[in-house]
Amino acid sequence: MMSTDLRSAMGEFKVHRVRFFDYMPSGIRALAFNQDTERMAVARMDGSVEVFHCSDRFFQEKIIPGREQFGIEGLSWVGERLFSAGLNGGITEYDLTNQKVKYTIDAYGGPIWTIAGNQQGTHLAVGCEDGTVKLFEVNEDNIQFERNLDRQKSRIVSLSWHPSGSKIAAGMMDMIQVFNVETGHSMHRMLADRGVGTSRSKECVVWSVVYLSDGTIITGDSVGMVKLWDDQTGTLIKSHNVTKCDVLALSVSQNEDSLVAGTSEGIVVQFQFVSMVLGKDDKEWVRTRTFRNHTHDIRAVAEITTAVVSGGMDAQLVVRPLLDKIEERSAASALRKIHFPHRRLVACARKSGLMLFQYPGHLELWRLGESEGKGIPGSSLFVKRNPEKLLHLKVKGEDHIRCSAVSPCGEWIVYSTASTLRLYRLHCDNNNISITKISKLPKVLSSANQLCFSSDSSHLFSASAQSSVHLVSISQSGCKFVGTLKPKSGSHQAIHLLAASEDGKWVASANSDHEVHIYNLQTRKAHCTVPIYSSAVTAMGIHPATNCLFMMHADQQMFEYSIEQKQYTDWSRTVQRKGLHRLWVERDTPCLNVMFNPQNPSHVILHDMYMLCIIDQSLPLPDDKTQFYNQLTLKSLTEEQRKSHSHAFKVCKTFKDILCVELMPDQSLVVVERPLEDIATQLPAPIKQKKFAT
Amino acid sequence: MLYIYIYIYIYNIVRCGGSKVNLRPPIISTDSRFLLCASGDLVKVYSTRTEEWLHSLQGHTNQVTGIALNPANHLQVYSCSVDGTVKLWDFIDGILIKAAYECNCLSVIYQKINSPLVAVHLPKSAEQEVEAKEMSVVSSHISSNPSCTAFGRGVRAHSPLHIMTFEPCFFSLKATDKKGAKNAFTCIACHPTDDCIATGHEDGKIRLWRNFIHKKEYTYSTQHWHHNAVNTLCFTPEGTHLLSGGIESVLVQWQYGAGNRKEFLPRLGGSILHISVSSDGQLFCTSHSDNKITVIESSFKVCGVIQGLVKGDGVLTDLMIDPRSKALVLNGKPGHLQFYSLLRDKHLYNLDIVQQEYIYEAGLDQFEVVKAAFDIKGSWLATVEERGQKSSDLEFFLKLWAFDERTQSFVLNTTITAAHTDRIISMCFSSSKETTMLVTIAEDGQFKAWCQGADDQNFWSCDFVGSYHNLKPTNCSFSADSSLLAVSFQEVITIWSPETWEMLTTLCQPPGVIRDLCFGRLSCSKYLLGTTTRNLLCCWNLLTCALEWSSSVEVSKLQPDPLSENVAAFSYQSKHTDVFVFKPSEPRPLFTNKNVCSEKVHRAVFVPREEPLNNCDESSQWLNRSQLYFLTQNMDLLTFSTATEEDRILSSSKQLVIDDSVAVTPFYLLLGKHGQQQQKLNTQSHPAADKPQQPQGSVTIKELLHTPAHVLPAASVLCSMFVNSLLISNTGVQQDPLREEMDSEKEEEDSEEEMEACDSQQELRVQGSVDEVTLKLSKAQERELKRVRKTDFSWMAGLIDSKP
Repeated sequence: MMSTDLRSAMGEFKVHRVRFFDYMPSGIRALAFNQDTERMAVARMDGSVEVFHCSDRFFQEKIIPGREQFGIEGLSWVGERLFSAGLNGGITEYDLTNQKVKYTIDAYGGPIWTIAGNQQGTHLAVGCEDGTVKLFEVNEDNIQFERNLDRQKSRIVSLSWHPSGSKIAAGMMDMIQVFNVETGHSMHRMLADRGVGTSRSKECVVWSVVYLSDGTIITGDSVGMVKLWDDQTGTLIKSHNVTKCDVLALSVSQNEDSLVAGTSEGIVVQFQFVSMVLGKDDKEWVRTRTFRNHTHDIRAVAEITTAVVSGGMDAQLVVRPLLDKIEERSAASALRKIHFPHRRLVACARKSGLMLFQYPGHLELWRLGESEGKGIPGSSLFVKRNPEKLLHLKVKGEDHIRCSAVSPCGEWIVYSTASTLRLYRLHCDNNNISITKISKLPKVLSSANQLCFSSDSSHLFSASAQSSVHLVSISQSGCKFVGTLKPKSGSHQAIHLLAASEDGKWVASANSDHEVHIYNLQTRKAHCTVPIYSSAVTAMGIHPATNCLFMMHADQQMFEYSIEQKQYTDWSRTVQRKGLHRLWVERDTPCLNVMFNPQNPSHVILHDMYMLCIIDQSLPLPDDKTQFYNQLTLKSLTEEQRKSHSHAFKVCKTFKDILCVELMPDQSLVVVERPLEDIATQLPAPIKQKKFAT
Repeated sequence: MLYIYIYIYIYNIVRCGGSKVNLRPPIISTDSRFLLCASGDLVKVYSTRTEEWLHSLQGHTNQVTGIALNPANHLQVYSCSVDGTVKLWDFIDGILIKAAYECNCLSVIYQKINSPLVAVHLPKSAEQEVEAKEMSVVSSHISSNPSCTAFGRGVRAHSPLHIMTFEPCFFSLKATDKKGAKNAFTCIACHPTDDCIATGHEDGKIRLWRNFIHKKEYTYSTQHWHHNAVNTLCFTPEGTHLLSGGIESVLVQWQYGAGNRKEFLPRLGGSILHISVSSDGQLFCTSHSDNKITVIESSFKVCGVIQGLVKGDGVLTDLMIDPRSKALVLNGKPGHLQFYSLLRDKHLYNLDIVQQEYIYEAGLDQFEVVKAAFDIKGSWLATVEERGQKSSDLEFFLKLWAFDERTQSFVLNTTITAAHTDRIISMCFSSSKETTMLVTIAEDGQFKAWCQGADDQNFWSCDFVGSYHNLKPTNCSFSADSSLLAVSFQEVITIWSPETWEMLTTLCQPPGVIRDLCFGRLSCSKYLLGTTTRNLLCCWNLLTCALEWSSSVEVSKLQPDPLSENVAAFSYQSKHTDVFVFKPSEPRPLFTNKNVCSEKVHRAVFVPREEPLNNCDESSQWLNRSQLYFLTQNMDLLTFSTATEEDRILSSSKQLVIDDSVAVTPFYLLLGKHGQQQQKLNTQSHPAADKPQQPQGSVTIKELLHTPAHVLPAASVLCSMFVNSLLISNTGVQQDPLREEMDSEKEEEDSEEEMEACDSQQELRVQGSVDEVTLKLSKAQERELKRVRKTDFSWMAGLIDSKP
């Protein structure tokens, strides 16, 4: 890739524009929505499971990394417990507190195609390759095989429980079976028509089935039909031809008046249960809206209270709000496309100019290029030395990387999977690069949720179970366990963010319950806890000069907390009192990094996926009447006018699809971009469609 | 000087020949036999089967703006007009039943331009003219386009909820508006049974709205096929299909409730403006922008085309008369010349000049016929087609068409690709009978004469190229005997001899560029007339080569009559057009009409009459041999008509009996006519006309004998009729003065109660019984009876009136 150096129009920065991080998000395979906790679980093709908080701007709260050869086919919530099943034949329960797999048991029915829990939370049903529907009883801390329903000849592709829990509809090859759960016998067998013409010889796969409480069974099949069946008579009521390709996913709303179907053309079709004549009760399912937000197959859809969520092969999670269900329009009710994880995948060794890229199965270490001369703002500079890939570190074992870090001096590299944690030392003599693995690690460093080095690279912070942080000192001679930092009280949710102060006195941790704890490293005790805010922390940093903790939240609010005084700073209180600008609050991607400019202590640098922002704490805050994106206007003004027009937020939108921004000690910025077009070109080809005027 | 006398005669200026038939959606009668459409100030009635124009409902004095079937009586139709009246017609007989002023019925859409939609309750009254005062404004800010209003289910229940009106604020689509998406509403339709509204949008999408009475929970589905705005939408009466049309001129039939399943009927002609469906759903009809109505069966087969005078955005060619068919020829469909019979007000045929597929899409630069000319016999037609009027790279072809006697149509003879280096301004054929010659003048400063080749291939080739001091020619004209050719170059007129191609003389009358040129005819052929841009009308004497007279008048069009010496001049002054008719020999107008219309007139033509009128009136003599038609800028074709003509038109329209033109079967001839005769017999039953019934009887016998046996009704039916026809009626046997008196009274009563058919029947029955009695009664008793009967009748009439 390329590394261009250019000076940003705003401020005085030399920018390394990095485009050689070939991050590929994995396609979405399954979605499961939990109405009570408002959490959306997403299973990806690489076996990872993510949990999004729907009412907190779809922040990605939890990530459970996948494994090699661990494909997930179905996801299901039972109460607050999350289960998945896959083609390896096992059912997996997840430990959401510690963000890892709790256990996997084999169902002994061959590959599992689908999993469904009943509404009562007592049983799980899985559909297997061998044609059996297996019922599992959900116990306090495990699940237990109960029995098989009548075995069928062909594989079970889809399952749906009747809300009463007494019947199950199963979609198979060419047919749909309705089972009585009590007896385990089949009640009805409904045949799905095959396509016409050449597709007549291909069997019709019932990809998805939904069982409504009024006894209607709705199926989506590979012929492109959404069919409605009556379970009393076992007859077809109505069929809608949605597409020429497959209907892959169906989802019904909680009150059963709306249904969404996702197709392999990448469209989502909504059906609504409306009365044909106003004021009368004879309702019918009518096809209404069509949403086109995907380019590839939609493998999973879910209708949540106010939106339709869909995901597929193009690896983006699309949240399409249903405007008729929303009371008032706000930033929370905008169309949202989630492309990148809400975690940092790039670590930067600031002092040595190294970048560590985290891929699911390996790590890459790059050295930044160098440029010479000074150009006019906005121009690209001549690259004297090209960026160089120093290291390609493959993960041992099948687990994918959960977190990784590189020390600021560039000497240490650490990563952790669900089962192991490895620390490497990097030797760099001229062009000879070698690494050595540090063998004798303290026992506490068996696995970590988040890793962080202290600014002088002498200590490693490792967040582990029960919201605790282990402190390990590292040196040439080896590494030594120093102590464990534990919060005084609070939840045991896993920590997803760590921030260490520049002077080595403080470390702050944030967990998925929105708690932020600050520890004193000298006393190795909990110093204080920041008041809990309703939205998750997406990024935080400790100011090198003032030792104030700057926090960004998923709802785009920002707080500055003085560690020494254990209270919010005056500036933070002013921000809260005056409120943030509407355009700032309406942005739909969270801020992922907080940096401070050592040359100008009042500057805080933030970035999200679409922009880079410098907050000048010395300037007045904008109100809703002022022009928010005022960089171009300011350029045209004279020096005096500029002063009166400028406000605290200086937004730069030169860069797009930003994965990471880091400020180097030599006042240069590293911007890691991953253009979505590049991702699109690497995706498999979508279904060919005839388009008008092509 | 030209003296102007103003005559007190005000001629009727008649809008004629193809008013727009596509202004409002046509309606199909309940029995699918008739098609009604608003056309100018008439409502025209067509037969759906034969596409023939049957008759028209005359009575409105201004543009008819809406028609609707009377929901209570399917044989009646309401019409409303800009003149502020709503009229109720019996459209089969063409009788005006009721007229209401400033009023509306709920089922009639009555709109003045930019006025709110109002609903008016039509008061029930037996009077012929009523004034409706009850009027309620349903909604304001509604577009006057009829496709923007639709009635939903249950309008007759007077529930205002179901009158779904076109209002951008009704659904308040703010979210989509702000993105600059072109989703403004263009049309609306309501489902006949379900509560579903279909709307068409500017970007070609169709949305089906449901649950719309809820403020937030309304929902819609989108269907998209049209690539431009959807012009019109219509549900079939059963509600199973939705029809849509737009500029693509493709009728699209969407299956209601089945997503994207649709059928197409492409290549219908101009863009579709309205669609209407018969009440049984068997017939659709679409009106098109090229003034056409297409009748389509529900199996998506075109079964009839009603073509009016095609009026595009403008007429580029002159108005011409085809010397053979006497049809009016002008631009028609894009790339075509249309032949229109003014006499029958009927479109005859289109001649494809460009011979390329026309693409119905806005903003495309396509070939258009810009000039056309006929030679005097009508055996040659010259056309010029042009592309790139707007852009700099002009492309044009000169084509010559020969009339083929065998096929009775024009056949392309020669195509000349580069006739001139620049645009052709004008062309004319020589008027001599022996040799045909075409002269074209172009902006490149040259005029060219084209002749047929001498060899047997007889293609056209250039014969002579002439120019005059490199000036730009402006017009050309041949003298009546083709011995002279006049070509005007800016301010100079040059006279050429076509035989030797030498320039004979030049005429000049500065200032002002010559605009129009024409030679006098017949006795005035020594005169040459010209108009200049500096408002001068000049007349030169070609024998003396001197200016005979000139007059300062702004003439926009000079039109000579080919059959007389007369020349008509259209002058546009102070925002209205005046017409002068004069002979070149004398600078005195024969006829003047001030303020003919308020627009400029650029196209006019004299149409020879089939048979000359014998009008002795001096001021109307000029209309005896030919008629003057002219086209205003609003594309109205106007003409002058004399009083006698109007009388003739009126009388002929009265003679038209509708039943004659519809489904004339032998059955009908036998039974229908006979029934009429019987009715006449009974109602009129004139005792004075004491004629034996033989002739009528013999008619019946004749019909009986001349009708094929397989179409005859049963013998039992015929028998009684036959016998009846032979019988001599017993009425009026007695010659009684009293009876005469009585009958005359009876006649009065009859005429009073003409309107109520049932009443007269009732009366008949009474009359019949009375007649039987009279034979036995004395005169005194008869008088008594008469009195009794008189009172009886009024009472009876009251009873019958109150009954319905």
